[in-house]
Amino acid sequence: MTKTDTTTDNRTGTTAGTTAGTTADRAGMGAAAPADDPLVIAGESLSSRLIMGTGGATDLAALERALVASGTALTTVAMRRFSTQTRGSVFEMVRRLGIRVLPNTAGCYSVRDALLTAELAREALETDWVKLEVIADDETLLPDGVELLEATEELVHRGFTVLPYTSDDPALARRLEDAGAAAVMPLGSPIGTGLGILNPHNIELICERANVPVVLDAGIGTASDAALAMELGCSAVLVASAVTRAQDPEAMARAMDLAVRAGRAAAGAGRIPRRRLALASSAFDGLIDPVQQSEGSGREAESW
Amino acid sequence: MTSIIPLTVNAEDQSVPSGWTVRDLVAARLGQSVGEDGRAADGSPLGVAVALDDAVIPRSRWSATALADGARCEIVTAVQGG
Repeated sequence: MTKTDTTTDNRTGTTAGTTAGTTADRAGMGAAAPADDPLVIAGESLSSRLIMGTGGATDLAALERALVASGTALTTVAMRRFSTQTRGSVFEMVRRLGIRVLPNTAGCYSVRDALLTAELAREALETDWVKLEVIADDETLLPDGVELLEATEELVHRGFTVLPYTSDDPALARRLEDAGAAAVMPLGSPIGTGLGILNPHNIELICERANVPVVLDAGIGTASDAALAMELGCSAVLVASAVTRAQDPEAMARAMDLAVRAGRAAAGAGRIPRRRLALASSAFDGLIDPVQQSEGSGREAESW
Repeated sequence: MTSIIPLTVNAEDQSVPSGWTVRDLVAARLGQSVGEDGRAADGSPLGVAVALDDAVIPRSRWSATALADGARCEIVTAVQGG
């Protein structure tokens, strides 16, 4: 793990809640994260801090079980050409489950593509919310920061609630927030890799400096990755492949829900500082002294 | 007069009667009737959007928007995606 720095670490742990969410998000947090501690994005309360993507599932029934097990209140969909196969599938299901829909602009490589896709999504799904993805190339699927920033500015100008999928660069995250993003969604590692959080320091920095919710997006492989994201100060976690491509998506969805809750609670509880050397948890006062007891006895100490 | 005009719909060639509106095209594609308001007969949303030559046509204007000869139409909907 990259976080095993052995020197005393004052960045975390000295004050309860220093890494617990964004400034805005942190205000209502006590020592123990209360159950009614909703994620708030653009003034809307969401009952779960786990956002589920619907991509990667092999069949709709399995996806539905996973969505329900995750307890999510927000789920992403992509926009594609209508065909009789796609007809009425995921959109109707999400509506039936009462989960808020977050359309993405997956597959867009330019500002122009992203703007049209966002406009189509707003019209088709009757929501101003968009998970903005502007991808640099199809091998890494990494965000193109230049196009992303421009598209964010324009969509905010057009009245969208923009949640940009971004790299783990704290400077870019700041620029996106300044451009009016309602949340920032940095990647842990490239989409679908399951490599977890490759640069926890950057994610922590983004969280410390952000005034909008930070949603860890992409790269989550298993529940501990989601818990770490929350411990680093993220306000929420988005998972898709980690659940939909797990051997048992429903069980993994449940695990992710628990992990996000556990990580949030731990962040609020205030972890202990990291130390280089041991610090006993048992007091030394009143310790018996075997050497004194055996003094002057004239015989060898019995072997213990 | 029932002349036929060519369109490109979701990257496929398609001919439709001249005088068809966006609403007619959507109804034909979805295989269901579409109201004046661009919704299903029971008022529920259809979950689709239409762009004509890269301009989104709001569903409230579908029934008033005629299809032009050679128009490039995109009809999109939500699918599974991260």
